[in-house]
Amino acid sequence: MENITSLLSIALGAVLINNFILSQFLGICPFMGVSKKIETALGMGMAVIFVMGVASAVNWPINNFILVPNGLGFMQTVTFILVIASLVQFVEMFLQKAMPSLYEALGVYLPLITTNCAVLGVTLQNAQKGYNFGEALTYGIFGGIGFLVAIVLFASVRERMEFAKSPKCFEGFPLALVAASLIALAFMGFSGLKVW
Amino acid sequence: MSTTILAPIVLTILGIIFGIILAVASKVFAVEKDPREEAIAEILPGANCGGCGYPGCGGYANSVVKGIAPVNACAPGGAELAKKIGEIMGVEVEEGARKIAQVMCTGGGHDKTRYDYVGLSSCLAVSRVSSGPLQCSYGCLGGGDCVDACKFDAIHIVNGVAEVDKDQCVACGACVTACPKNIIQMVPLNAKKYTELRCSSHDKGPATRQSCDNGCIGCKLCVKACPKEGAITVDNFLAKINYEICIGCGLCSRACPRQLITVDGKVLPPKPKKEEPKKEAPKAAPAEAPKAAPAEAPKAAEAAPAKEPAPAAEAPKAE
Repeated sequence: MENITSLLSIALGAVLINNFILSQFLGICPFMGVSKKIETALGMGMAVIFVMGVASAVNWPINNFILVPNGLGFMQTVTFILVIASLVQFVEMFLQKAMPSLYEALGVYLPLITTNCAVLGVTLQNAQKGYNFGEALTYGIFGGIGFLVAIVLFASVRERMEFAKSPKCFEGFPLALVAASLIALAFMGFSGLKVW
Repeated sequence: MSTTILAPIVLTILGIIFGIILAVASKVFAVEKDPREEAIAEILPGANCGGCGYPGCGGYANSVVKGIAPVNACAPGGAELAKKIGEIMGVEVEEGARKIAQVMCTGGGHDKTRYDYVGLSSCLAVSRVSSGPLQCSYGCLGGGDCVDACKFDAIHIVNGVAEVDKDQCVACGACVTACPKNIIQMVPLNAKKYTELRCSSHDKGPATRQSCDNGCIGCKLCVKACPKEGAITVDNFLAKINYEICIGCGLCSRACPRQLITVDGKVLPPKPKKEEPKKEAPKAAPAEAPKAAPAEAPKAAEAAPAKEPAPAAEAPKAE
């Protein structure tokens, strides 16, 4: 059985200390692209939590029962990409049939996640860190929650920035990048956080 | 077996497995789409304005097929489109009145400011600074948030106040949402005579007089002049037209001492005498003024003095 405390520290680490976006700089593309409004940021965050959780759960057995026993550990990246891409497709079709309301809520963000490197990152890290299934699942889901926290925070900042007076050359995207770096700096404060 | 051979084999097998799973899933989870939905989506304007209250044209088509949405909710498409959708759905379409946006401010108090505002010209930003520089806290700020929101080039800032272009407006409601002052509303456009009362001020009479050249002071002269019960009512120092009842006769416009009420964009001249109350609308407005009937006389007399101080300032507002 997994130790509850180790799961907790993995969870906290994924959300705050090693936040996928703000500390590891994975998944920056949707982070910059879908953060203009808080609502869309929320939708994206939810979709990421979902896909990261499912991807962790599916990639773990593939890695541990197919790749590693055959000495194919070096193929993790390409295999995981294949798995994630088809998984997202499958989930999309399944949701459309089984849970149309959730499908509509996630909307266009679900297919977008196929190309999200945070999802690939979480499964690769699961393999690298040698997590067991429970730990991998925890890391995936809470990594997604970390993504949600980061993107919603950033979207709130960007909504406010719309009204800021800024030099012409900084308007829009450059200023968003500066703001993102400042948030990342702020998140560095969590790096000293030790739980147990 | 050497990994060089094993690697492509494993990957190929995985690929084939996922391919098969996806192929099966696409059959198993296939969602049947109503062909009518596609047909409707095709003839919709595709502006995705959201005026119907559904998320985009696709969402509207979906809702129509489900029977939730009425077939004539698409304002940009108008009656013609409603008819076509009706044909697809096999429903009769009842002709609804066309709606347009109405800015509830004439800008009579545009020059009467409490302070000089310097900064971002968006209404939202301006309204955050102690609800804007205007003395009248209900007035149009003229920052153009509605202009930016409009996808149909139907609203413009004219002399510092938003004006709706009646021909362009499709009643999508984007400006209504955009206005931080909440002074834009949707009203049915009466094809023959479009009566407007463009004021949102709930201030008391004296306060309104000070802050605006022609804001509503709640004198109720229009209510008394109105031949239809309930077509115009005064609530909390502001007159309001009920377009369900209003017949566009223009008597309120003649009675209004503030020259606030317009019919087809014009203020009708005050009328010293009364004529038959209902069906005077179709005629040209100014020519009717000198017709006979005594009952209205006292009202006109009351109205006259109030009007005198302001005419110069009110002149631009007629258009």
